[in-house]
Amino acid sequence: MQWVDTIIQGILLGGLYALYATGLSLMFGIMKLVNLAHGDLIVLAAFVIVVLASLLPPGSGVVLALLLSLPIMFGVGYGLQVGFLNRTLDRDILPPLIVTFGFSIIIQNGLLEVFSADSRRLPLTGWESASLSVASGISIGTVPLVCFASAVVVIAGLNFLIYRTAIGRAFRATSDDPETAQLMGIDHRRLFAIAAGIAMMVCAVAALYLGLRANFDPTIGPARLLYAFEAVIVGGLGSLWGTLIGGMIIGVAQTVGAQINPEWQILTGHLAFLVILVVRPRGLFPKSEG
Amino acid sequence: MTAARMLSISKLGKSFGSLVVTDKLDLELGAGEALGIIGPNGAGKTTLMNLISGAIVPDTGAIRFDGRDITTDSPQRRCRAGIARTFQIPHPFGNLSVFENLLVAAAYGSGKREAEVVEACGSILDMTGLLSRANRRAETLTLLERKRLELARALATEPRLLLLDEIAGGLTEAECALLVETVRAIRTRGTAIIWIEHIVQALLAVVDRLVVLNFGRKIAEGEPRAVMSSAEVREIYLGIAA
Repeated sequence: MQWVDTIIQGILLGGLYALYATGLSLMFGIMKLVNLAHGDLIVLAAFVIVVLASLLPPGSGVVLALLLSLPIMFGVGYGLQVGFLNRTLDRDILPPLIVTFGFSIIIQNGLLEVFSADSRRLPLTGWESASLSVASGISIGTVPLVCFASAVVVIAGLNFLIYRTAIGRAFRATSDDPETAQLMGIDHRRLFAIAAGIAMMVCAVAALYLGLRANFDPTIGPARLLYAFEAVIVGGLGSLWGTLIGGMIIGVAQTVGAQINPEWQILTGHLAFLVILVVRPRGLFPKSEG
Repeated sequence: MTAARMLSISKLGKSFGSLVVTDKLDLELGAGEALGIIGPNGAGKTTLMNLISGAIVPDTGAIRFDGRDITTDSPQRRCRAGIARTFQIPHPFGNLSVFENLLVAAAYGSGKREAEVVEACGSILDMTGLLSRANRRAETLTLLERKRLELARALATEPRLLLLDEIAGGLTEAECALLVETVRAIRTRGTAIIWIEHIVQALLAVVDRLVVLNFGRKIAEGEPRAVMSSAEVREIYLGIAA
């Protein structure tokens, strides 16, 4: 029973990692941009939610704070893309890496300056601390469950957007061939800004569960980026459902490792990643291209 | 200057390093007119297409479309203004279906909602013989089908000026004849055409006027058959001693 519990917790943890990874995957998929500040932007979103929750009347809950943070984070993504990242594209793969690495440092230090290095947690208002007892020895926390469900809803929603709507077709066309897309009347820079805005909204959703599940402080962004990368690579580039499975594999590896020895949690996650990289270098569910 | 003049290119110049690819070129095109351009490899034909469609910006000179200066406009603005081009080597959106290739071009090129353009996309697929391929991923198409898709997608943007870059190259005689019929059908809709082609017979069957380029310069212009029979063109373009 203990092992079943461990694996269930790992799968649910995978939902969180998939949420970390989805925004990263979206930006890479559409504009071939590797955002090294992705983890720090998730932490930034968590602080935005903290501030909004503190401004709202007590008891109104973190979900309302999340909803209010969505347009803010969309604006952050749109602004970063228009103001900086669009200028780094079209040339070389190095400028976007350096600029987003710079953002990572700026965001971490900015947050340290404003919020100090104290670790924080989002305020719980009731449902977040509840859990369901499924069988003897297996109890599932509401937060991990809702987090996993959110990951499924976010990924299903993004897949609908990408495969069933006009803007989604434009995203895919631009991803295939940005020059030709321009000749078809598509303003790729504006499209990239919208994609970055959507990616940051996903970061806000990830940030909610980051803040509900554990403590966070301004320095934990880069580790979230690492888990996100691992989930994307394990799942295979270009497939958001693959990213969810990738997150689940990393999550299960971590909880199983922790079950064997609590010090092994992070290590076994990385080991699982390395094994899959050796066995399936392009991930489990790669797109047929490339 | 008459009002019917749709495209007006004056003293256009473009160099890549010391290589002059477009040299003080003047060109006029009336609404609904079909212009053929021929010239040896490296004459600057494709560069001219890139300059008109906005993929590259000229060093000197100006391009006016409908009387408006578009010299520094982005490709997407020119597309919405009514200029579409096809590539010699097809550039399909490989991960989209054939129908989606048209749909995205139609919606963004004309600024309409997808629901308004679905029917038009269907009839363009029919006209270009791609209807049976509508739901195939574009990267699975054969070369001929890709060339047709290139044309179909350009048409989906509802252009008033269509730039065709060697769309007949690599086709059999029968395929070429079909293509000529399609281009003629496009003309009857009032679309102006600039067509670069090595297969002169295909051009002569469609165009009103022929321009010969060499080293980025216009060396002959006029009624197609008269141009083709001029001594200079025969010598430079066809390599036949006059």
